[in-house]
Amino acid sequence: MTVTDNTERPGSPRAVPSKGARERFADWLDLHAAHVFIWPAVIMILVFSIFPLVASAIMAMSRIRLRAGSYQVRFVWFQNFEKQMFGSEQFHFLGTFAGMSALGWVVAIVVTALIVWWIQRYVRTSFTVLGFTGRLFTWSLVLGIGWLAAATFFSGHHFGTLGTTLFYVIIGCSIQFLIGLGLAFLCSMPIRGRTFFRVVFFIPLMITPIGVGYAFRMMADTTKGPFSPAWQWAGLGDFSWASSAWTARSFIMIGDSWQWIPFIFVVMLAALESVPRDYVEAAQVDGASSWEIFKDITWSQVVPVAATVLLIRVIEGFKIVDLPNIMTAGGPGIATESMTLHSLFAWRSLDLGQSAAVAYLLLFITVVTCVSFFNLVVLKRIRA
Amino acid sequence: MSRTLKQKLFEPPSIRQMAPGTKIIVYSILLLWTLFVLFPIYWVFITSFKTAVDVNAGPVFLPFIDFQPSLHAWKELFVFDYKDTLKAYSNSLIIALSSTIASVLIGSMAAYALARFEYKPKFGVILMFVIMMIIVFFAVGRYGVDWRLSCAVGVAIFVFLARALGHHFTKHLSNGDILFWMISQRILAPIVVVVPIYLMFQQVRLLDTHLAIILTYTVVNLPIVIWLMYDFFRSIPYDLEESAQLDGATRLGVFWDIVLPLSRTGLAATTLLVMILAWNEYLLALFLSTSKAQTMPILVAAMNAGERGILWWSMSVVIIVMIIPVIVLAIVLQRYISKGLLLGAVKG
Repeated sequence: MTVTDNTERPGSPRAVPSKGARERFADWLDLHAAHVFIWPAVIMILVFSIFPLVASAIMAMSRIRLRAGSYQVRFVWFQNFEKQMFGSEQFHFLGTFAGMSALGWVVAIVVTALIVWWIQRYVRTSFTVLGFTGRLFTWSLVLGIGWLAAATFFSGHHFGTLGTTLFYVIIGCSIQFLIGLGLAFLCSMPIRGRTFFRVVFFIPLMITPIGVGYAFRMMADTTKGPFSPAWQWAGLGDFSWASSAWTARSFIMIGDSWQWIPFIFVVMLAALESVPRDYVEAAQVDGASSWEIFKDITWSQVVPVAATVLLIRVIEGFKIVDLPNIMTAGGPGIATESMTLHSLFAWRSLDLGQSAAVAYLLLFITVVTCVSFFNLVVLKRIRA
Repeated sequence: MSRTLKQKLFEPPSIRQMAPGTKIIVYSILLLWTLFVLFPIYWVFITSFKTAVDVNAGPVFLPFIDFQPSLHAWKELFVFDYKDTLKAYSNSLIIALSSTIASVLIGSMAAYALARFEYKPKFGVILMFVIMMIIVFFAVGRYGVDWRLSCAVGVAIFVFLARALGHHFTKHLSNGDILFWMISQRILAPIVVVVPIYLMFQQVRLLDTHLAIILTYTVVNLPIVIWLMYDFFRSIPYDLEESAQLDGATRLGVFWDIVLPLSRTGLAATTLLVMILAWNEYLLALFLSTSKAQTMPILVAAMNAGERGILWWSMSVVIIVMIIPVIVLAIVLQRYISKGLLLGAVKG
């Protein structure tokens, strides 16, 4: 690695003659400061992320059989992925396909049309080879997910762990962002007890996700939970939220939101408070309504922070595992199973190859989503 | 000038005040949300004082009125089973604190380096490293070569080739690329890397030890530290460091004595966030610990045990005692964070 110390000044008293071994070591450290500072982080990331990443890729392309005391590895190229996408595990990962409904076709055509429109707009306005290649990934992912949603959700069939994870990420993160932003906006108004609200709203973030899972399981219990009188009164006493796919998913999403809204709230509140008061007050004097002020002044000031915080939330959102594991153990059936949980279950049944394959598919989707989001949304907002 | 009712309610009398109608709406939303946030916590709190009968008979809300609080769950965890509880608690404390300190220190150093030096890693050398790593993997996985031998040979060949051919490559990456590479490590879902990390620690016989979990958590949280601290360091004026260097201070001395104290707001916020993440982490601990190094989240998850069903009361106790250290840390760091948690950091 070539290093230029761009802060070096001529005549800095660096080359003072030194004697003792300790001083010589200190001098050596100082001379190589650029390396000393960065190498610990680089080495740790290489050993604990890059090395496992490559190992995991090889595992995902192998069939691993555990024998007493040893294991046997056979390289099978993409068979594990094939099994998830088209083979016997398809129902688990993608969902069941049993013919498209009319609505499904409509959705599929709309998605395809949107993608085609997007491609032709991009090609006409600003075409670079690198940008086009990068966007190809985005387009194929959106197209694939759109068709998947059309063939499963919109055609009334079950979808697999991919759909569930995307539900948690897309719907969950949008709701969390909107509520977190709304609360931050309310708290940035001239109100009393702002410190109180700020502290209270931050608390859920401190609780371990496992604990949140159990707490919401208690909350949602229709016979022992605090709202059971209300359930009884509504005649739903023997209804169990955990036995219906959509109520189970929604409860997990509510628990997840309860925990993560504070994060968005705290960051957005800090961003809103840093908007210069003069701008806002000048607009108020001019008689702009609060909505106009928010839309035209505040929002444009906080949008880079908003894009970044949403990106962080999406990155973490893809990793969801604790809540579904604790609240429903992925049930009923596979309705609430996220992809991480899917991979974890495969590992538990000692199917290491499938486990790594699912993890890799999750990685692929996360990387494409986050990098697209970063390049197409965050960078644009920061530059604007 | 008479105002209609709507104007009276919703038009502010002056620009620093709110109209009464707006006020009512704002406060009621905030109070409702307070209720939504606090009620589950209240419920966990009172459940920790309930007996099995109180929990199972249906909901009871008020201690001393609806039910007689009992300390049986607290006793069970801190008197009868105190060894297990305290062991998990001390494990968690040791692991969370050490890994937080390590990742904040290493991460700040890297962030500082990226903010102040200019690096030009050669593209070709990186490519060589990746190819060498894949070859080593195949040697170990496919042909059963001893992993120590093949790693050593691989590293030796790589260093030799990099030294010999390194200067022939001209294309190089920049600081921005390194920063992006480091931050993007956070995108890695832990499930992707956890099995190889498990096998790695199994090879060096470090499974179920503090060190294994500390190292893993340190790396997992490094990207966040680098991300947040990079912008803090960029916002610090360079003059001070420059003059210190002219006075003969070393780089490390400048970093330790000037830069870190100047960025304590950022350090405090980062430390709190990283500590919360390390303290509450579940999936990695599940893989890397079996009994000796078990952390608190594993203990909580284990409360769903066997035929007795979920031990709601014990679990509530554990959840409550788990919040305490985080709150203590938050209070300690509060005076540094008072303004703008994470703000300077996420401006991008």
